[in-house]
Amino acid sequence: MKPSVKMLATMAAAVAAFAMPVGASAETIKLGLVTTFTTSAGAGGEATKRGVDLALEMLGKKMGGHDIELLVEDDGLKPEIGKQKTDKLILQDRVDFLLGYNYSNVLLASFPSAVENETFIISTNAGPHQLAGDYCNPWFFAVGFQNGQAPAAVGHVLNEAGTKSIYALAPNYAAGKDMVEGVISTFEGEVVGTSMTKWPDQLDFSSELASVRAANPEAVFVFYPPAHALQFVTQYQQAGLKETIPLYSVYTFDALTIPSIGEPAIGAQMALFWSIDLENEANRKFVEAFRAKYNRNPSNFAATAYDTVMLIDSVVRKLDGDMSDKDAVRAALKAADFSSVRGNFRFGNNHFPIHDFYQIEVVQGEDGELTTKIVKKVLSDFQDVYAGNCSMN
Amino acid sequence: MPDTATLLFLEQSLNALQFGMMLFMITAGLTLVFGIMDLVNLAHGSQFMFGAFIAAWVAGETGNFYLAVVVAIVLTMALGFLMEVTVLRHFYKRHHLDQVLVTFGFILILNEVARALWGAQGLSLALPDALNRSVPLLPGLDYSLYRFVFIVCGIVVSVFLYVLIVKTRIGMLIRAGASDRDMVRGLGVNIGLLFTFVFGLGAALAGLSGALAAPIMSATIGMGEPILIIAFVVIVLGGVGNVKGAFWAALLIGFIDTLGRSYMAAIISFLAGDSVSAALAPSLSGMLIYLLMACVLVVRPEGLFARRAG
Repeated sequence: MKPSVKMLATMAAAVAAFAMPVGASAETIKLGLVTTFTTSAGAGGEATKRGVDLALEMLGKKMGGHDIELLVEDDGLKPEIGKQKTDKLILQDRVDFLLGYNYSNVLLASFPSAVENETFIISTNAGPHQLAGDYCNPWFFAVGFQNGQAPAAVGHVLNEAGTKSIYALAPNYAAGKDMVEGVISTFEGEVVGTSMTKWPDQLDFSSELASVRAANPEAVFVFYPPAHALQFVTQYQQAGLKETIPLYSVYTFDALTIPSIGEPAIGAQMALFWSIDLENEANRKFVEAFRAKYNRNPSNFAATAYDTVMLIDSVVRKLDGDMSDKDAVRAALKAADFSSVRGNFRFGNNHFPIHDFYQIEVVQGEDGELTTKIVKKVLSDFQDVYAGNCSMN
Repeated sequence: MPDTATLLFLEQSLNALQFGMMLFMITAGLTLVFGIMDLVNLAHGSQFMFGAFIAAWVAGETGNFYLAVVVAIVLTMALGFLMEVTVLRHFYKRHHLDQVLVTFGFILILNEVARALWGAQGLSLALPDALNRSVPLLPGLDYSLYRFVFIVCGIVVSVFLYVLIVKTRIGMLIRAGASDRDMVRGLGVNIGLLFTFVFGLGAALAGLSGALAAPIMSATIGMGEPILIIAFVVIVLGGVGNVKGAFWAALLIGFIDTLGRSYMAAIISFLAGDSVSAALAPSLSGMLIYLLMACVLVVRPEGLFARRAG
């Protein structure tokens, strides 16, 4: 049979494919980002991607001379979809690193696949206590935080302010429970009431706010991530509670929610490991570049995502792109040889961050824009309380 | 002066009433469409979302809350007409499952359109200062003025619907169409026009509830779906096509859900201790209305408030 042009072309392509050297020095590093782009929590996922994109752009889309391929998937805030997308990235796309996971329930459903398939999974945000303690494992790293850390810092802030009683509210899922436990772990006063609200559906908090008013605490502690922060704070103010009971929170007021909430946000107190005005070289560079590229302020979602990509960059450069020796990759990850935007950063034995925490409040900046400002450092070199339960060292 | 527990109960009752009124305004349109046109419209929740977004956007641009509500009603009604004329009128005779599929498609489309127009973060609606405060209803009981206004609006809408359905000719056609569609057609009434009117009315009601809910809940992508689910629970309890039934069912659900959430923790603590309560109460209180719906479906599937035949 006379070979047609099409057949010749196909054969040529096949030969060329086989002729390409395996394990060439220009090997592409594949990153798989799984986060929430749809539903009302989508803003957080978009912020995460902005942090990742900015970091990649600042690295020139290469790590140590090696090309980077970024695959992006949406988990729709559903654990089963997060797991499906994680499986796809591992088994079909064969990524070198999984990153992202804004929500603890999605992360907890997805990480077993990574462990089974010996793929590194790095959380830019969610930090459930299960993975910090009993279920810690060598394939998981948290670059964001452990959920209980920031609330524990708020507990210290409340003690210092002399607050004797609080009422705690949070959504009823893995992270919400961690947050409430975190503040109770350090707060020395009385918790006069707790309300765990239905999540993610419940957007009307009138019933819980009435209970708060009846319990009459000295302060209120809340955790309402960007999906619900707007609703809660607006209703808190409409119920007349803002003038009478100070509001302390974690992960509720950030660059994503403050512009929408507007004036009722002023005066809110919180604790976090990062703020836009944190003074260090890496953060200065990050904030400047973020503002230039996106014309808005970065949030902690973007900051931790940026840190994650820089961490991976340090690993790739250290091993010159060779991801085959998993133990070497793990050691390079643990070394955390990169300049974090939060300054002080290292991993504990459970692969969760040991970092500093600051008391932060929402203020009106000189330019009239609302922003976050550090009041003072609350905790230095703070490790989560679950590290002792982790058998790794 | 009444004691704290009584004040709390009164405040929770007002919250329940407000929630019930919001549910009624949303459900009234849906039950009419379902009952008279036999059309399952899952996109009703998306109309609610659109009402909220349009109101928030207009209020943001013009600073006028009242104008925003009016524009939201008009534009959502227009959206309803558009959906009906282009797609949905071809589905009246189709199987319910086909209607579910097409309206579910509308949900996805409308969510993405909302995201394209207004972004993923959602829009908030700041109340005008006149409304944005608490009023002392009783000594020791301050209630949000806006929520009170909401309750009043709900009552006004209920009265309006009552007058429309019971006292006007169009209302008579609606009731007749709910009872026997083909007979109405046989009597020479333009059923297509009637259906378009009912669908537009449903959309307008959804838009109104969205616009009124926006200051409290803020306009966010996908906010209509959880509301839709509860609306269907109201329809089950009230009886399909039965607006009066929807009214009482909405109030009932408002009270069970709100008071359940407030007192469930205390009740379980009393029965089984604090640790059990902390574990069970949040989940159980969220389940109450669905448990009620399941019971009603078993015991009295035509609805708690269904009219008897004849």
